[in-house]
Amino acid sequence: MIRSEILKEIAPILRDQLVVCNIGIPSQELHAIDDQPTNFYMLGTMGLSSSIGLGLALAQDKTVISIDGDGSVLTNLCTLPTIANNVADNYILMIIDNGSYGSTGDQPTYTGKKTSLAGMARAAGCDNVVEVMDVDTGPALEKAIAEQKMTVMVVKCDSGNAKMPVITMDPVVIKDRFMKAVTA
Amino acid sequence: MNIDKKITHDLVANDISFVTTVPCKQLAGVIEEIDNHDEIFHIPSNKEDEGMGLCAGAWMGGKRPAIIMQNTAIGVTINTLATLIQYYRMPLPMLISYRGELREPVACQVEMAVHTKALLAQMNIPTYHFHKQSDVEELDMILKYTFMCNKPVAILTDANFWGGYGDQ
Ligand SMILES: Cc1ncc(C[n+]2csc(CCOP(=O)(O)OP(=O)(O)O)c2C)c(N)n1
Ligand SMILES: [Mg+2]
Repeated sequence: MIRSEILKEIAPILRDQLVVCNIGIPSQELHAIDDQPTNFYMLGTMGLSSSIGLGLALAQDKTVISIDGDGSVLTNLCTLPTIANNVADNYILMIIDNGSYGSTGDQPTYTGKKTSLAGMARAAGCDNVVEVMDVDTGPALEKAIAEQKMTVMVVKCDSGNAKMPVITMDPVVIKDRFMKAVTA
Repeated sequence: MNIDKKITHDLVANDISFVTTVPCKQLAGVIEEIDNHDEIFHIPSNKEDEGMGLCAGAWMGGKRPAIIMQNTAIGVTINTLATLIQYYRMPLPMLISYRGELREPVACQVEMAVHTKALLAQMNIPTYHFHKQSDVEELDMILKYTFMCNKPVAILTDANFWGGYGDQ
């Protein structure tokens, strides 16, 4: 499966949660598949989806899912120790690990080679780290939400992108409706 | 009141309850003071752009954030300031130790000091420079201003403000 197929499958699960979505095609795909006020789309700032999600989870009680990418986590690896040492049980970091910089044309990242993000998360001190195959994403995500324990999910999938339009919504509108959804 | 206590007092008085830090020698006292205050959740970050991401999330979750960092971090955070904090229009007080100014003992610190104000000006970031201890009196107003206008705001605090480095 490629990222967009996973997002399509888990859209009904994501719909009820606060979601922070990674820059580029991941946000475009989620926006096209199931736009929700509970989605915060990143339009730039590669790497910070996990950090924004953690800050949000620590600041309020609702469940927060950060959808991240392997390339983005690799560029902000220091997020893993911060997550490990500041446990928020309403926080799920879901890394779509397609082994590539998908948004920029599927150039390979090191996670398709010798590097394991699950291993790095565990070494950073994260307690609940699960690596799942693309087809198992839905049940694994539902389990993580139900458990109410901070979880890092590494979802292994194929590289590839669906053709979706860019997001033209103004960033301040994205933020404003998201903040209203957070307090709703 | 010493300046570490005064700064922390003003943060608390302005309802700032989420603070991320990357240390600088000059900031050691204020970071320690923040750790003594239960009203503030202190989350150390490993890199300042990561810290700004945490602050953006905390803001959207209903908390008033602040970041405490060294001026060298301006070089680390330009992209995050432009594409996250400014683009989505979020408030972020940045208490910044201004290394490489008068009374600086480490020459390399001057190399980012000479770019600090130019970069902040290029970014249209409101910038205040604390040079004397009494300048801290403005902090309360600066914090109110930051949350009024929803912008990142820089408070540069140099060695003279912090009382120098002693005999180095
Ligand atoms: C600082 C910076 N460098 C490079 C880019 C270009 N860029 C945007 S998305 C992206 C790939 C992200 O890859 P990943 O996180 O694995 O997500 P995927 O698209 O594969 O799901 C890159 C390199 C950028 N936006 N910012
Ligand atoms: Mg990828």
